[in-house]
Amino acid sequence: MSAARVGVVTFPGTLDDQDAARAVRLVGAEAVPLWHADHDLRGVDAVFLPGGFSYGDYLRCGAISRFAPLMEELVPAAKAGLPVLGTCNGFQILCEAHLLPGALIRNGSLHYVCRDQRVRIEQPATAWTNSFDQGQEIVLPIKHGEGRYVASDDTLAALEAGGHVVVRYLGNPNGSLNDIAGIRNEAGNVVGLMPHPEHAVEELVGAPGTDGLGFFTSILKDLVNA
Amino acid sequence: MSERSERPTNTVDSVQRAAETPDEPMPYAELGMKQDEYDRVKAILGRRPTGAELAIYSVMWSEHCSYKSSKVHLRQFATKAPKSDALLVGMGENAGVVDIGDGWAATFKIESHNHPSYVEPHQGAATGVGGIVRDIMSMGARPVAVMDALRFGAADAVDTRRVLPGVVEGIGGYGNCLGLPNIGGEVVFDPCYIGNPLVNALCVGLLRKDQIKLATAPGPGNKVVLFGASTGPDGIGGASVLASATFEEESQAKRPAVQVGDPFMEKLLIECCLELYAADVVVGIQDLGAAGVSCATTELAAKGTGGMRVDLNLVPLRDPSLRPEEILMSESQERMMAVVRPDDIPAFMAICEKWDVPAAVLGEVTDTGRLVMTWDGEVIVDIPPGTAADDGPVYERPYHEPAGQAALNADTTDRLERPADLRGTLLRLLGSPNLASKEWVTSQYDRYVRSNTVLAQPADAGMLRVSEVMEPERRSPAGESEPATPTSAEAGATIEHAEPTTRGLALATDGNGRYAKLDPYAGAQLALAEAYRNVAVTGARPLAVTNCLNFGSPEDPEVMWQFAEATRGLADACRVLGVPVTGGNVSFYNQTGATAIHPTPVVGVLGVIDDVARRVPTGFVAEGLRVVLLGDTHDEFGGSEWAHVFHRHLGGLPPQANLDAERALATVLVEAARRGLLEGSHDLSDGGLAIALAESCLARGIGATVTLNGDAFTDLFSESAARALVVVRPEAHTEFASLCGRHDVPCYSLGVTGGTSLVVEDVFEVPVAELRETHAATLPALFG
Repeated sequence: MSAARVGVVTFPGTLDDQDAARAVRLVGAEAVPLWHADHDLRGVDAVFLPGGFSYGDYLRCGAISRFAPLMEELVPAAKAGLPVLGTCNGFQILCEAHLLPGALIRNGSLHYVCRDQRVRIEQPATAWTNSFDQGQEIVLPIKHGEGRYVASDDTLAALEAGGHVVVRYLGNPNGSLNDIAGIRNEAGNVVGLMPHPEHAVEELVGAPGTDGLGFFTSILKDLVNA
Repeated sequence: MSERSERPTNTVDSVQRAAETPDEPMPYAELGMKQDEYDRVKAILGRRPTGAELAIYSVMWSEHCSYKSSKVHLRQFATKAPKSDALLVGMGENAGVVDIGDGWAATFKIESHNHPSYVEPHQGAATGVGGIVRDIMSMGARPVAVMDALRFGAADAVDTRRVLPGVVEGIGGYGNCLGLPNIGGEVVFDPCYIGNPLVNALCVGLLRKDQIKLATAPGPGNKVVLFGASTGPDGIGGASVLASATFEEESQAKRPAVQVGDPFMEKLLIECCLELYAADVVVGIQDLGAAGVSCATTELAAKGTGGMRVDLNLVPLRDPSLRPEEILMSESQERMMAVVRPDDIPAFMAICEKWDVPAAVLGEVTDTGRLVMTWDGEVIVDIPPGTAADDGPVYERPYHEPAGQAALNADTTDRLERPADLRGTLLRLLGSPNLASKEWVTSQYDRYVRSNTVLAQPADAGMLRVSEVMEPERRSPAGESEPATPTSAEAGATIEHAEPTTRGLALATDGNGRYAKLDPYAGAQLALAEAYRNVAVTGARPLAVTNCLNFGSPEDPEVMWQFAEATRGLADACRVLGVPVTGGNVSFYNQTGATAIHPTPVVGVLGVIDDVARRVPTGFVAEGLRVVLLGDTHDEFGGSEWAHVFHRHLGGLPPQANLDAERALATVLVEAARRGLLEGSHDLSDGGLAIALAESCLARGIGATVTLNGDAFTDLFSESAARALVVVRPEAHTEFASLCGRHDVPCYSLGVTGGTSLVVEDVFEVPVAELRETHAATLPALFG
């Protein structure tokens, strides 16, 4: 069987693309670079939208990226079931593109915060979290200035009722409503989260531990079973 | 262009006009130039300079660009330099380059952005990061990490609450957006910095050692390209006025002189430059920092064939009303200048376009030996470029020992009352601003991006994995599978040439202004010794040095004495420790009124570890390990944190700098790490053994029980140099002790790790939780 092909998107200002590609390769998949200006998903099996400051985060985080040529391909593909994980700026872009509900705004502290954050997996039934157990507590790094998840009361209620909250903070670092660190869409193929699993995949570097690996083994499992 | 016709063209001060109006008064004094300097310009040109020429000479001959007061002292770093096989590029280029093995090279440099950071903390600090990153890029390297050495006024001073949060936000806002991990640095408070905070930014980059780029413009006919941000009225006069003149009350009026940074443009510039290098379309390159186009053109031309012709009308402007003199002096950020073969121009422009980086051909290299600039068709600059770039004034400033120096040294700590309550002393010191946790600062910096960070704050040194750093994965997809353009194909080739390596880089900066005030010669040596030791405790072999020398006015003979002593001390110490200075920066005029800051030489040391998996983490990493103190402790409290916190006392002499002992200690630490004998380590410095023990407990929340042999106060709080704490497995202790013995490094077994408290037998016991609370509370309480 040929290796699963996971696309890693680079916008101008994307920062964690190399990190994401390395994590993809660590679990034995092929990392396929996707360029923002191309109308081409290169036939990938899944897409990782990494963190950074795409287009300088000018106007509003993710607001400009949403209109990139690549997104015109990605949005319909995601709606048709292509697995997509957006972390940090990637999460912000998924919200701006309306693939996920709600928005990410300035942290409650008004400071950028980089720390090793304890979180709980609330929903293993997604393309990206099926390697975890429900309720499993893990440590992932966070690093963002605008990671405070907000949504209307109705949206929050729907997220909770539908089991769409995927990851929750233990010790809320940014004022996110309902301690939400990550959510999924109805189908479970699109997941957005503020923490960075790609920085917790090797003992030697990044955050302590390798708790982030589960997100990458999950997508492999999902693709094999698909 | 339509803007062109709106420009008043009748007032161009051309070379021809200058020749015709020899007696027209020129505002050289307002531009910071002395009468004799102006006379020299006239002698060089054989006429009065044009306004544009005066702009060039005034910025290039400013203290900031010409090092006119420091040059005669800085020469020692070359004349006394130890022989080093590692040095590939030494002082005089944008940054030094060091061979780190396996075909890899590292380039690193530290630079000040002190005055702008006081006027406008956020932008001042941000553009400080931007500037040093471009220095590293201009060597052909990928920038891979930053760190910063910061000094502020008293932590509880009102103005510190304005300056510190702004500086931290500026560094974070810029560095985080570039995707460069911030892996260390320092935050120190002292009342002497209240009107002159120090913001020294360091950047390190990696490159293949056959890919070094230099600031040179060879080859007549080659094109001169300005690329990056467009030019606006940023920091005009900044180099000569803001960075070199002491500011008093009028600094508020200078607010617009601080440049504003755009980190997004810099990020694009980084990726763009790396792709240009990989495509081999760059002959020479120079970043635009202080003095902007003036500096880039004169320096490139002076180091190349010697001539250059530039049409200033072709500079892309953000503000079309800018005059040529202003264009020459503008310090707009995120700009680079490259020399490109004519045939490569299309490929060069295509890469710039891919990254949305504006670029314009301004002119070409000539063999005339003249730098000629035109504006609206008229020649407004016609000078030998070397006279501006290299032949600036050199001053042998007078210096003498400060009048109060002997009295200061005589006022020793002997008269200070020593405490009976050592537990309380530890806790008060641990919670004092200089020793308290800096997490409030460092949590605002991304330390993980690029996934090569092995150690970061609060580790003794930052450490990076070298492998895979140059992978240009983000090249256009087209180039990876099928080379659609030569650019992408060659960029892709970089992956294949990059050998795997197990190596890592370590970096530390240190500098103690109180020590340097008491004895600048020893103070500079102690700064080097501490950074050198901080690199060695991680298991890395110290290789090379960068420095940022922060002092008051060189026109004050007492300050100049401090500078002369510090440079002499540093050069001598570099020779003994075998680590050459590769570059750095001098910042003078750090004073308010007649009061200078403490002389503050900040020294950065870069080291290499052959197998990064053998790095030694900081502190007590497990229970049941033997705690071992290396090095001898003497009764040394001059300039100590204890004297500062408990008695507000500064007097006597700093700890002795014993460089032979430092060298032996480093040898033992590096060899022991290589053999896998060390489980954890920590440098002893400010606050002495007591603070080192406490911080070691805090690293993983593991306590320890230790026994002291001598006077408890001295053992715990003296700041003797050449010491470190290590933890070893009990079964490895014999081998480790014999290694120490072979190198004459004193080695004392103090106790064992474990439990939830730090226990000093017969002295005190403090729960680790209490240490943590004390350590963590201070900065959040001060800064919110």
